Amino acid sequence: MVLETEKKQKKYKVIGTRPIRPDGLDKVTGRARFGADIDLPGMLHGAILRSPHAHAHIVRIDTSKAAALPGVKAVVTNADFPHVPAEELSLGEGAVNLVHLRQNVLAEDKVLYHGHAVAAVAATSAHIATEALRLIDVTYELLEPVLDVRDAMKQGSPILHADLRTRDMGKDGDIPSNIASHLHFELGDADHAFGEADVVIEREFTTRMVHQGYIEPHNATVSWDEDDHLTIWMSTQGAFNVRDQMARLLRLPVHNVRVVPMEIGGGFGGKISVYLPPVGAILSHKTGRPVKLVMNRTEVLEATGPTSGSYIKLKMGATKDGRLIAARGELAYEAGAFPGSPVGAGCMTMLGPYDIANATIDGYDVVVNKPRVAAYRAPGAPISAFACESVVDELAEQLGIDPLQFRLQNASKEGTRQLRGTTFPPIGNVAMIKAALASDHYNAPLEGPNRGRGVANGFWFNAGMQSSLNASVNGDGTVSLIEGNTDIGGTRASIAMQLAETLGIPMEAVRPTVVDTDSVGYNAVTGGSRITFASGWAAYECGMDIRRLMCARAAAIWDLGEDDVEYVDGVIRARKDAAKKFTFAELAGRINSTGAPIIGNASVSPQTVGGAFALHIADVEVDPETGKVQVLRYTAFQDPGTAIHPAYVEGQMQGGASQGIGWALNEEYYYNADGTLANASFLDYRMPTTLDLPMIDAVMVETPNPGHPYGVRGVGEVPIVPPLATIANAVYRATGVRFRDLPISPRRVLKETQGLE
Amino acid sequence: MSERVQIQATINGEPVQFLAEPRQSLLEALRDELGMTGAKEGCGNGNCGACNVILDGRLVDSCIVLAAEVEGRLLTTIEGIAQGNHLHPLQQAFLEEAALQCGVCTPGFIVAAKALLDRTPHPTEDQVRHWLAGNLCRCTGYDKIVRAVLRASESTEANA
Repeated sequence: MVLETEKKQKKYKVIGTRPIRPDGLDKVTGRARFGADIDLPGMLHGAILRSPHAHAHIVRIDTSKAAALPGVKAVVTNADFPHVPAEELSLGEGAVNLVHLRQNVLAEDKVLYHGHAVAAVAATSAHIATEALRLIDVTYELLEPVLDVRDAMKQGSPILHADLRTRDMGKDGDIPSNIASHLHFELGDADHAFGEADVVIEREFTTRMVHQGYIEPHNATVSWDEDDHLTIWMSTQGAFNVRDQMARLLRLPVHNVRVVPMEIGGGFGGKISVYLPPVGAILSHKTGRPVKLVMNRTEVLEATGPTSGSYIKLKMGATKDGRLIAARGELAYEAGAFPGSPVGAGCMTMLGPYDIANATIDGYDVVVNKPRVAAYRAPGAPISAFACESVVDELAEQLGIDPLQFRLQNASKEGTRQLRGTTFPPIGNVAMIKAALASDHYNAPLEGPNRGRGVANGFWFNAGMQSSLNASVNGDGTVSLIEGNTDIGGTRASIAMQLAETLGIPMEAVRPTVVDTDSVGYNAVTGGSRITFASGWAAYECGMDIRRLMCARAAAIWDLGEDDVEYVDGVIRARKDAAKKFTFAELAGRINSTGAPIIGNASVSPQTVGGAFALHIADVEVDPETGKVQVLRYTAFQDPGTAIHPAYVEGQMQGGASQGIGWALNEEYYYNADGTLANASFLDYRMPTTLDLPMIDAVMVETPNPGHPYGVRGVGEVPIVPPLATIANAVYRATGVRFRDLPISPRRVLKETQGLE
Repeated sequence: MSERVQIQATINGEPVQFLAEPRQSLLEALRDELGMTGAKEGCGNGNCGACNVILDGRLVDSCIVLAAEVEGRLLTTIEGIAQGNHLHPLQQAFLEEAALQCGVCTPGFIVAAKALLDRTPHPTEDQVRHWLAGNLCRCTGYDKIVRAVLRASESTEANA
C-alpha cells in the first residue's frame, strides 16, 4: 500500500508500477546461474581445513600426507600469500586492514575462532579434497578464549592480538588491549539536561551474534592464467570490491583481476569481504587449473558474517510534559576476531528518530574469539535501536503517554540536529508516525490473554557512493542497459524503470544486463540501500545523455539547430514545426543510417541520500506453557521517498521485518564455554519459517527525497532496525516483563515469567 | 575414489542414464553429473528445501537422498515444471506477485508448491504455510510467496 504525504497527481508513467523483473524468468525456471553453478574444463575442487579451537597458537602444519593422496593437486597455507602492508581498505560498508584480511582468509600464527581457516586443498573432486583435509596434521597450543564483549574489555583478559592498541580520539594506547577503538559523540550538555528531567530511566541490554542467513553459501571459482591474469566467478555484492581486495592481497595490478558476478543468493552485507577468492587464487596459481570453492552451511555459520553481539547501557531523560531532553549511552560491540564492528553506526543512528538536544554516547569496538563480523543490513543500527526504543517505550509508559504519540511529539524532522553534527534534510519521520497512529492496525482492539502490542521506530543513514552505467539505443527502439551492480532484490528492474521513465518508453523496452569488472565503469558495492538511489540516478543521467544525442540527431536530420529540437514524453520534435517529430522508436530506426551509434553514459557519486525511517507495529501472543512467542499481526511503515517498484519496496520491508523478528525471538550464536559454536546448522540456528510469521503488511508513506531526480530514498536496510524493540515491547505488554536480553526465546520467556530453568 | 555405478531413472519425463559414485547425493548427481543446476544446496542436511525435487510423487530434499536410490524411479525437478515454453501457473504467479528477491530458494519453493497443489489443489493459507515450512527464504518474509501459491491454486491449469 502506498500512502503519499502530499496529494500530488500521478506524474510518472513507469515509476510506481509493478512490472515483472527482467531476470524473473531465469529465476523461476532454474536457469539463472548462481556462483556454485559454474563448471569449467579442467576445474579442480577446493576444500578448507578449519580450526576446531577458538584460540590457539599454530605450532606446526604438516601437509605431506594430504599432498600424497591420489587426486590432490595442491595444499596451501597462509605462508603461500605475499606479504601485505597494514593498510586500511574500504569495503563500502565498513573497512578492513589488509593484514587482518589476509589472516582471516587463512590463519597465520594464531587461530582466533572456531572455524578459522587454516589450510586448503585442491583436488580432482570435492569429495577427495574433503578427505585430504583429514590428512593435514596441525599442532595447536591452546590459549584461553574470550567470548563476551564485557569480559574482553576487562584488564587481564586473554589478548587476541599482541599488537592491538586502543585507538582513542585519534591516539593509540600503550598496552595491548582487546578494545580496538573508543568513539565519543557529544551533542549539547547531557549532564546538565539530566538535572532538568522529571523522569530518568537507565537500563542495560545485551544481544547475541546473529547471522545474515542468506540461503546461498559463499562460493568462488578462480582461474590464474599463465600471464598472471586472474578471473573470478562468484556470488558477491561488490564485484569491484572483490577486484580491489584481490589486487591488494595478491600484489597484482588492478587490471589483472577480472571479477564476473554471478547471480547472488542473498547477501545482506555478508558477501562483500572476501573469504574464498584469495584461497582459490593461490590454489589455481599452484596447479595451473581453475579451482572452485563452495562453503557448506557449517562453514558459512562458523566463519562468515555474522553481526556483533553487544552490551549497551542507556540512560534517557524526559520532562513531565513528555519532551525527551537527554541521553547518555555506552555501546560495546563485538567485532569478532579482528577490529571493525559497526559500533560507530550504532552510536550515530540510535537517536535518529528523535529531536533530542543533549546526548553523550561512547562506543567501543572490541575483539573476541568469534568470527570476524561483516556488515548486516543497517549494520549496527538494530542493536542500538533495540536499547533506545525499549527505554523510550518505558519513558512513555511512566509518563502515561501513548507510545506512538510520545514518539510523534519527539520526532526528528527537517532541521533536527543529529548526534553526528549534521541536520536532517526533508525526511518522512513525522508523516510516517502519523500514518501509523491513524492506521487500522494501531486502532484495532487486541483482545485475549497473553497478548500484547508493541511499536518501535528506526533510522538508517543510507549511502550514495559510486555508480556508473551505459545504455545503447537499438534500431527497433529498445535499449540495452549495461550495469555493474549485483541484483539481489530487483535492482535490474528498479534501474531500468528509471531509465525508461527518463526516456518516456515502456520499461519492457529496456533490457538490463549486469556485467563483469572489465565491461563497465566502477561501481561500489550493492549495499547501503544505494542501488535504486545511486544507480537509478545514473540511469536518469544516462537517459538525459541519450535524450541530448537523440535531439542532436533529429536536428541534423531536419537541418535545425540543436536548440530547436525538444524531447517530450518519448517524442523528439521540432519546437516550432509540429509536423517534424519522431517517436523514440522511429528515430532509433534511423540512427545507423544517419550517423554514429547512440550510447548514453553516466557516472555519479551522489551524497544527498535523504535518510530513511521505519516504524513497526506488532501484535504477539505468548504461550504460557511453552514460552513461545507467536506474531499474530505485523505492520511495517516506511518512507521510501518515491517507491520505484512498490512490490519490491514491500519485499524489502517484509524481508527486513522478518529478519528482525528472527533476531528478536530465536536467532543467536550459541557458544560452549570452550569457544566452540554449538549451533552451526539451519536446524539449530533457527531462522523464521512460514509458520513463524504472519502476512506482513507494508505501508509506504512517501515523502520524496529532494536530493534525487525521482525522489528516491534507499529502502533495503532500515526495515530491520525497528523489529527487535517492536517485538520486545509487544512481549512486555503480553507478559509484564521487559526483556532486555535477546533473543526472547522460549527458554528465556519461561525463566523470566515463571522462574523455570 | 569409489567406483562409479550406472543409474537409470526417468527425469522430467525423459529416460536418463548416468554414472555416480555411491557416496554422491542425488543433488550432487543432478548438478555435477547431469548439469541440472536448478536445484540448489543451501544447507546440505535437509533443513532448507532449496534442493527440493519430486521423487515418485513425493517431495524430497535431494541433498539427503543418494543418487543410487533413484534407480528406476520418476523424478521431477525445477527444469521440468514448465511445459516447453509455457510456464506453470506457479512460475507465472511467482513472477506476478514479486515472490522472489535473490531467487536462490525459488526453485525449491516452486517444486515444493507443485507437490502441494498435486495433492491439495485448493489449499488454505494455513495449509500452504504448513507445507512450505520446510523451505527457508531469507529475503521475502514469505508473504508474497504464500500469496503466489494461493494465486496459482486458483488457476485451472495448476493441476494439469
